[in-house]
Amino acid sequence: MKYICEVCGYVYDPAVGDPEHNIAAGTKFEDLPVDWTCPVCGVGKDQFKPAE
Amino acid sequence: MQAVKITDKVYWVGAIDWNIRDFHGYSTKRGTTYNAFLILSEKPTLIDTVKKEFYPEMMARIASVIDPKKIEIIISNHSEMDHSGALPQAVAAIQPKEIYCSDMGLKDLTAQLYPNFPMKTVKTGDRIDVGGDTVSFVEARMLHWPDSMFSYLEKENVLFTNDVFGMHYATGKLFDDENEERLWLYEAEKYYANIVLPYSDIVLRFLDTVTKMGLSPKIIAPDHGFVWRKDPSKIVNLYAKWAAQAPKNKAIVVYDTMWGSTQTMAQYVAEGLRLGGTEVKLLSMHACHRSDVATELLDSRGLIIGSPVLNSEIFPSMADVLCYLKGLKKKYLVGGAFGSYGWNPAPVKALADTLQAMHVEQAAPIITSQFVPDEKTLQACKELGLTVSKKIAEQLK
Repeated sequence: MKYICEVCGYVYDPAVGDPEHNIAAGTKFEDLPVDWTCPVCGVGKDQFKPAE
Repeated sequence: MQAVKITDKVYWVGAIDWNIRDFHGYSTKRGTTYNAFLILSEKPTLIDTVKKEFYPEMMARIASVIDPKKIEIIISNHSEMDHSGALPQAVAAIQPKEIYCSDMGLKDLTAQLYPNFPMKTVKTGDRIDVGGDTVSFVEARMLHWPDSMFSYLEKENVLFTNDVFGMHYATGKLFDDENEERLWLYEAEKYYANIVLPYSDIVLRFLDTVTKMGLSPKIIAPDHGFVWRKDPSKIVNLYAKWAAQAPKNKAIVVYDTMWGSTQTMAQYVAEGLRLGGTEVKLLSMHACHRSDVATELLDSRGLIIGSPVLNSEIFPSMADVLCYLKGLKKKYLVGGAFGSYGWNPAPVKALADTLQAMHVEQAAPIITSQFVPDEKTLQACKELGLTVSKKIAEQLK
């Protein structure tokens, strides 16, 4: 499932991952490290909500 | 204090801060302006305000063209305090019927303890009637805050762009055609490098969106610096160039020194870059401000850092500038690190982790020197410069 950052609107897509921060494609949002942050605005996972 | 006419219906009613030299840790050698704009339509509308202490200047300029109490609408394009600081006093004096901002603007202004304002939120595509003209809104999230928004006055064809396309540049001449490029260009670059750079991907997408929306404003009115009326495309094209971070054969060597050893190493690194054909700037943190280092980084491909060791830590001025540069997320950098130490080389070696966290491709291992660098170490420093130079040249092919 995709997750959207409620602060800046960035969408985390598990199909893409976050390659710039060593998050491989296929990584579920739930499986992101606890210290992973929004690559655009820097907030933590707690400020994301399901996008669909 | 007079308002400055921009079009028949739009006036500048901002403030000029000639004396500010430190803008939240960004050195502002030429001061700045806080731009607020007044639309003299049937429902007079104020766009943004100024820093708190400049409230009297803004109100005096407004009062030169209209009784402030006649203002019906306030639009907040950006809730940073240099644009919202005067809002509480302005709202108390004007008593507007409505205040428009983005969703995040509402959260920000509420958290700035302004809970009793008659706030209404707007999204991209929303339009409001200001009496005889229409203002439409374009959300510009992360350009450069989550709340950022553009407002477009349709008939007059004026785009109000919050901090985007602005610069810290105090001037009594409010238009692009009245200011000399040789004076403002560095300040425009510096503003992009220090404020907008981390959001460059968003800039590129946003410019594309605005083009597709068919907006081609005759006038661009940002919240700092001057208004673009003669050639607004100039600053738009500069943004497109800076955001693309296109390769240039340039590198910076950023360092500090305690007893001259790290400085000698820095000079050899710079010499290697120079011999490799790379434009190089040697930036000592004794001499340079972090915001000027950021400006030099904007068009660089190479970043080489050097630090001595103090109490088993890297030198404090280096910790400062590296923390600052990391936040700016410059892309496509290649580089390395070096430094001198007395008895503990670990902090210099740990600069490899710092470069990795900044996504800098490391061209060579870290060079360390106990106390004073010998000839072999200095040659290794020169080699580091040459290697980085070669890597940059490869990227340029």
